Amino acid sequence: MKQIKKIGFWFLVLFILLLVCLPGIWIFVSAFRPNPEILSKPANWIPDRWTIFEFTQMFSIKGYVSVPAFKYLMNSIIISFFSTIIAITIGMMGGYAFARFNFKGKNKIFLGLMLARAVPGISLSLPLFILFAKLGIINTSIGVIIVYVAMNVPFTIWLTDGFFRQIPKEMSEVARTDGCTRFQAFWNIELPLAGPGIGAAAIFAFLLSWNEYALASVLTRTIESKTLPIGMMDYLDEFTINWAGMCAIAVVMIVPAIIITFMVQKHLVSGLTFGGVKG
Amino acid sequence: MNRKFLSSPIILILPSILAIGFVIIIPLIFSFYTSFTSYKLTRPDSLYNFVGLRNYERLIDNVKFWKAFGRTILFLAIVLNLELLFGLGIALLINKITWGQRTLRTIMMFPMMFSPILVGFQWKYIFNDNIGLLNNFLYLFGYESAIPWLIGKKLAMGSIMAAEIWANTAIFSILLLAGLLGIPRDPIEAARVDGCNSWQVFKNITLPFLMPFIFIALTIRSLDVGRAYDIVHIMTGGGPAMRTELIWTMIARVGYKDANMGFANAMSYVSIILSIAFTYYFFTKLVAARRELGQQ
Repeated sequence: MKQIKKIGFWFLVLFILLLVCLPGIWIFVSAFRPNPEILSKPANWIPDRWTIFEFTQMFSIKGYVSVPAFKYLMNSIIISFFSTIIAITIGMMGGYAFARFNFKGKNKIFLGLMLARAVPGISLSLPLFILFAKLGIINTSIGVIIVYVAMNVPFTIWLTDGFFRQIPKEMSEVARTDGCTRFQAFWNIELPLAGPGIGAAAIFAFLLSWNEYALASVLTRTIESKTLPIGMMDYLDEFTINWAGMCAIAVVMIVPAIIITFMVQKHLVSGLTFGGVKG
Repeated sequence: MNRKFLSSPIILILPSILAIGFVIIIPLIFSFYTSFTSYKLTRPDSLYNFVGLRNYERLIDNVKFWKAFGRTILFLAIVLNLELLFGLGIALLINKITWGQRTLRTIMMFPMMFSPILVGFQWKYIFNDNIGLLNNFLYLFGYESAIPWLIGKKLAMGSIMAAEIWANTAIFSILLLAGLLGIPRDPIEAARVDGCNSWQVFKNITLPFLMPFIFIALTIRSLDVGRAYDIVHIMTGGGPAMRTELIWTMIARVGYKDANMGFANAMSYVSIILSIAFTYYFFTKLVAARRELGQQ
């Protein structure tokens, strides 16, 4: 009886594991298969022809390029990188203020910032489109970076606030009585201690910028500023889809996200829970 | 470095408020204004054509809008509950495993890294009636007629929910697992000694302790409910015959396809209130649960 229970348990774990992983694996495999094979009926489960055609198409430097994925990748990297750096800097200052100071309306401002983040991208995209067009920053990386900074700031404040609270106030106070300025105490003591939490916040900010679609689809128009999620739509024609190409650009999009997340995944969870629970 | 720097909370928070003001508050004020005009993108001068509450009146009379609104509420209710349930189940399961727990936890985080647009495309591919993974799989077992997962009247909504749940259960399972790992052993053992069964232990000790974690997950999740737009947009575009039209896809259709900004902005306001209400509700619950746990 106990044996059966144990087998059932592991079977369930395996089933969930398959459910989580299989869609991704299928995309990955399809990225290296030629389109006719993907479209074959009945399905060809074990690929017998492998190809990197779609990848060479995307990244070819000379000649005809069907979808300029390299340019999209570069735009994505630039936009995600700068918006993350700026959002973390601004958000960290805010988080520090919420963790270390008492001031009037503190809780209300905190709640207000969080609620600002809840505004759905698609609802925000209409007025942003008009305003940015008037300001002349539509279809520029700068415009998208500004938007992502604002989207990422509230969540960064929430996370870093939790991490700064965990660091005893006394450490900074002692340093200051020894002659440090508040900034020196922050820079040399509190910042390194909050490092993992700031790393976690940075990953969340990066992932949001890297994966965002609703706003970018409106604010970016051409190859100059289109990011990967928008570029992905290039494989979608009115009636047909280039599945192999779609899968290939999906791989380009997901691999960096996975690598970066796994590097700091240990701190991700503690960042979310400590920041939330120990209020 | 200036001595004053880092000493004034207002100066520290100011950049955050400025960024949010520029990107979120000002556009929202602007769109609040346009929701009272007959503004059409194609006719810029219509921005000054004040129509009062007409857009909102049209909204109230619009059957399609209310259908989409009701569908959105139903969608969120089903999806959030199932995600919580599955997330809790997975967390309890992984919590029992001693060997390879960390690896499993890492693998479970996998869907969190997928862009919603990628999730939508991926499930569009899986649910494709002709070449999709699922129908090909069923074909192996003799189901030769292709099931129209995304074009069938009744199936499409369920297929979208499946994609949404796949993508977002991770946040629940990861956070609830963190909660489970933090539960002190003593009260559980004491309860066992006193003769409580597993269900009683779960209901009276584990669940109350998990409550703040559940509300953290729900708060974080409620911030991003609007991203379901990406998934629906890719998978069905609101079809077939508007049966998967959610409030967000309707905004995009009216705003960009029909270029009717005033009306779309009026709808946007309803969706914003919806999102903010969700977040506010869970956030206050979180604060309350935290306080309760602190007193124990």
